[in-house]
Amino acid sequence: MTQPTETGRARPEAIKAVAVRHPGRWVMIAVLAVLVAMFLHMIFTNDGFRWSFIFSSYAPGKRGVMFTEPVLEGLRGTLLLTLFSMLIGVGLGIVVAVMRLSPNRVLSSVAWVYTWFFRAVPRLVLAVIFGNLNILWSRIGFGLPFDKQIGQLFGIDNFDGQIFSIRSTDLLAGFVAGMIALGLSEAAYMAEIVRAGIQSIDTGQSEAAVALGMSRGQVLRRVVLPQAMRVIVPPTGNEVIAMVKDTSLVAYVPVTGELFFQLQQVEARTFVVLPCLVAALIWYLIICSVLMVIQFFVERHFGKGYGAAGKARQRLRDIQVEQGGRITATGEGTP
Amino acid sequence: MTEMVRAENVHKSFGSLEVLKGVDLTVPQGGVSCVLGPSGSGKSTFLRCINHLEKINAGRILVDGDLVGYRERGGKLHEMSERDVARQRQSIGMVFQRFNLFPHMTVLDNVMEAPCRVKREKKAEVRDRALSLLDRVGLAAKVDNYPAQLSGGQQQRVAIARALAMRPKLMLFDEPTSALDPELVGEVLEVMKGLARDGMTMIVVTHEIGFAREVADEVVFMDGGVVVEKGSPSEVIANPQQERTKAFLSKVL
Repeated sequence: MTQPTETGRARPEAIKAVAVRHPGRWVMIAVLAVLVAMFLHMIFTNDGFRWSFIFSSYAPGKRGVMFTEPVLEGLRGTLLLTLFSMLIGVGLGIVVAVMRLSPNRVLSSVAWVYTWFFRAVPRLVLAVIFGNLNILWSRIGFGLPFDKQIGQLFGIDNFDGQIFSIRSTDLLAGFVAGMIALGLSEAAYMAEIVRAGIQSIDTGQSEAAVALGMSRGQVLRRVVLPQAMRVIVPPTGNEVIAMVKDTSLVAYVPVTGELFFQLQQVEARTFVVLPCLVAALIWYLIICSVLMVIQFFVERHFGKGYGAAGKARQRLRDIQVEQGGRITATGEGTP
Repeated sequence: MTEMVRAENVHKSFGSLEVLKGVDLTVPQGGVSCVLGPSGSGKSTFLRCINHLEKINAGRILVDGDLVGYRERGGKLHEMSERDVARQRQSIGMVFQRFNLFPHMTVLDNVMEAPCRVKREKKAEVRDRALSLLDRVGLAAKVDNYPAQLSGGQQQRVAIARALAMRPKLMLFDEPTSALDPELVGEVLEVMKGLARDGMTMIVVTHEIGFAREVADEVVFMDGGVVVEKGSPSEVIANPQQERTKAFLSKVL
């Protein structure tokens, strides 16, 4: 088929060439196919997995181990712990990142020390420490700082400037201690991620915003952070997924309402080791898969205005206009 | 005519590098000043001092009678708070060489952002004004596009509309056509000519000698951080007196 074009010359036929062969790839694919087949065969035929123990019934009259009451409670604990510690991590992380970028030396040094400390201490150690912090204080409160010392200055013994206080064993135990430990640790990592995101934005952006009369806060909220999110979201997805798994560390606080701990309890009662571990593995796989789907949509939201697809559509329209095409209301051109 | 901009003996250093070594400039209300000069002459820096993007080290700059970035009280200069500087900048529009549109907002949102967020004007009013401004720069059909979907010339016209949406009394242009493909320069210059005709006070740092000759009331030639020569386009461009001006013009004309 040849078509006349604007220049009057006939358009030559489209190129039909023999594609380059890649024999190496085919060998690789064959090897992988065999390995996958072996793996699937093992999963379905090996009795050691005891799938019915995992899915349908782990003891007479009971559900599969994945769906028993304590394990589901543990799952809820894991999800809540992930949610709350990530909220602390992201919120505090943004604050620390902004402090770190502050022109004020004191603020940026404090932020630096914060990230240094919480990145240096292993989460496991941090979890145990927070579980034992009530050794330091019997009560935790809010009020006048140094109230005892100020009282002594004026000769009053046991002057109490606390507006509100709570027994530390009530506050700093179990779930809350684990949540704070994980959240504070996460904030250090998030601070570095947010800082990288903010620094990736061209200074021209904040200059343009400032030149329009925006305040520093507005520049950050409306111009810099929304763009920085493109850089921040993918590593934050990593952090969330890592956090799901790190929640298993709070068993050492100790917190019992957590997925892995609960499955280990079943393991200890029934002496069935591997199926319990596989059940935990499957739950973690499911949680992380859901999170990855969420991440996809979040990334798409913050990618507005950058999409290659949008650019390509626009280029197509421009070409159609150049060729005398008509643009309809929906933007679809007819050549 | 009242003075819109008055710069007196402006000095600016970056560390030990002195970029501006005593620049004077006055622009009357409705006047158009074009600043020419080789790169590194300090012309962009000077422009950025006028809306306090750069802090000057000596001298003073007044816009519409008010000191920029400082307040004089009891014979002493006080630095303005960030909020006051921001308020001052609201009435000074700026257009950048690299457009600096907000890529995550549509064209319309780019134009509406500052009037809505900074001046807290009513959204419907701002929207009408933004649409008519975009129509004026010839982009009525692109309001819902994102900046990345526009050509450089279109982006720069949006940037001009964005600055105008704040109803500035002064517009600063920092080499607005230097990052554009040659065939796109014209459309941006047309918009700027229209603005000048409508009586906008403008300071334009540019390499477009033709534009300066046609539109400028005053042409300022800068080199080495000082104003070498200034006057009407017919004086400075057609009949330069200084050797440095002659040498520069012979290269760019």
